[in-house]
Amino acid sequence: MSKVRVLVGTRKGAFILTSDGKRERWDISGPHFGGWEIYHIKGSPADPNRLYASQTSGWFGQVIQRSNDGGATWEPVGNKFVYDGVPGTHQWYDGTPHPWEFKRVWHLEPSLSDPDSVYAGVEDAALFRSADGGQTWQEIPGLRGHGSGPRWQPGAGGMCLHTILLDPRDPGRIFIAISAAGAFRTDDGGQTWRPINRGLRSQYIPDPNAEVGHCVHRIAMHPSRPRVLFMQKHWDVLRSDDAGESWREVSGNLPTDFGFVIDVHAHEPETIYVVPIKSDSEHFPPEGKLRVFRSRTGGNEWEALTKGLPQKDCYVNVLRDAMAVDSLESCGLYFGTTGGQVYASADAGDTWAPIVRDLPAVLSVEVQTLP
Amino acid sequence: MIRVILPPHLRTLAEVEDEVQLDVVGQVTQRAILDALEASYPMLSGTIRDHATRQRRPFLRFFACAEDLSHESPDAPLPDEVASGAEPFLIIGAIAGG
Repeated sequence: MSKVRVLVGTRKGAFILTSDGKRERWDISGPHFGGWEIYHIKGSPADPNRLYASQTSGWFGQVIQRSNDGGATWEPVGNKFVYDGVPGTHQWYDGTPHPWEFKRVWHLEPSLSDPDSVYAGVEDAALFRSADGGQTWQEIPGLRGHGSGPRWQPGAGGMCLHTILLDPRDPGRIFIAISAAGAFRTDDGGQTWRPINRGLRSQYIPDPNAEVGHCVHRIAMHPSRPRVLFMQKHWDVLRSDDAGESWREVSGNLPTDFGFVIDVHAHEPETIYVVPIKSDSEHFPPEGKLRVFRSRTGGNEWEALTKGLPQKDCYVNVLRDAMAVDSLESCGLYFGTTGGQVYASADAGDTWAPIVRDLPAVLSVEVQTLP
Repeated sequence: MIRVILPPHLRTLAEVEDEVQLDVVGQVTQRAILDALEASYPMLSGTIRDHATRQRRPFLRFFACAEDLSHESPDAPLPDEVASGAEPFLIIGAIAGG
């Protein structure tokens, strides 16, 4: 029977949750790296026992951990993230130039085919790659260097590169997203990049339709249709049907179009999920009701999924990397909250139950479907 | 033999349970100790000094012989008691939040 392994990064360590395909009984291991912020953990699609974890601390900086046995044991690998050449400046919150300074790794994206190849999205925003299992890291300089970098600015969480999507049909195509710069695409393996933000509209920048400056929170893609992208922006849920060349809003009847996560059903490319969050700055669910919203039409028409989720007095947040789907026949969904709960649904969101309730604040959730 | 006491999280990362003992060639300075420490425990590289600037990370302090040496030059000689091993060189995490 298939198994699932849920990889949870929290403010105070990593946790690994495992279950069989029924997803009813869970084993929990952790905390791994107790006391450290674990921004993200992700497994290699080419070797599911190869995991990478971003371990970080305000005191001690960045550590990258690697496991070759599905998280039973770990070893620290390379943590030297040095920008290519003279780093230059981006915009600070007040628009003044500010030098690029490495702070942490937000997201690790292993290659689809090579367990030793992995991308890292970092703050201050840049894309790094390792070809030796995380021992050494090199910046992919064409992203920061393509021209718009001096106009990027940090969002409230920092100027982070948080989304990396690898096109399963075209090894040269990568999508990334940065808060608050926007979405970008390369078609030549990272040599050249360009913004793909046409159709985004953001009232908090001088030109609401600017080429860059948008606070994109998350992008999702179904692997069978890599030209179709879904985006949760600071405000607005959007979709693109042409690999990001243009976007249109599909917020529809959502109670608020602010949120962080967005994800796609494993077997239904037009079924997407978001967790609406109240903003500006409250960053908790509207009316104290924790609701996942599902659209079976690729946006615009949304239904609230509430069964098993708290429907009163709930004031947690769900951060941008904290939702994932498994690929079992009945698609499973998972998300973690800043209140330390990890909720799971084994029926595509119809019903929910907490796997665990009292972890530290959850920063990220990934899931692996194992044979 | 130089004695170095690491903060708990770095002891865990380096897989050491107690103080670290190091051979330091030449004059005993902060830089010489940290170079020797990182050579023996590569996983500590970047956790005490920034990789790019080589500066002490801002939330860490260096103490020895009841003195705060954090703002001394990294190339200044450390007290004889540290050089002789009579006193340890302490790397301390600032007590600030968390």
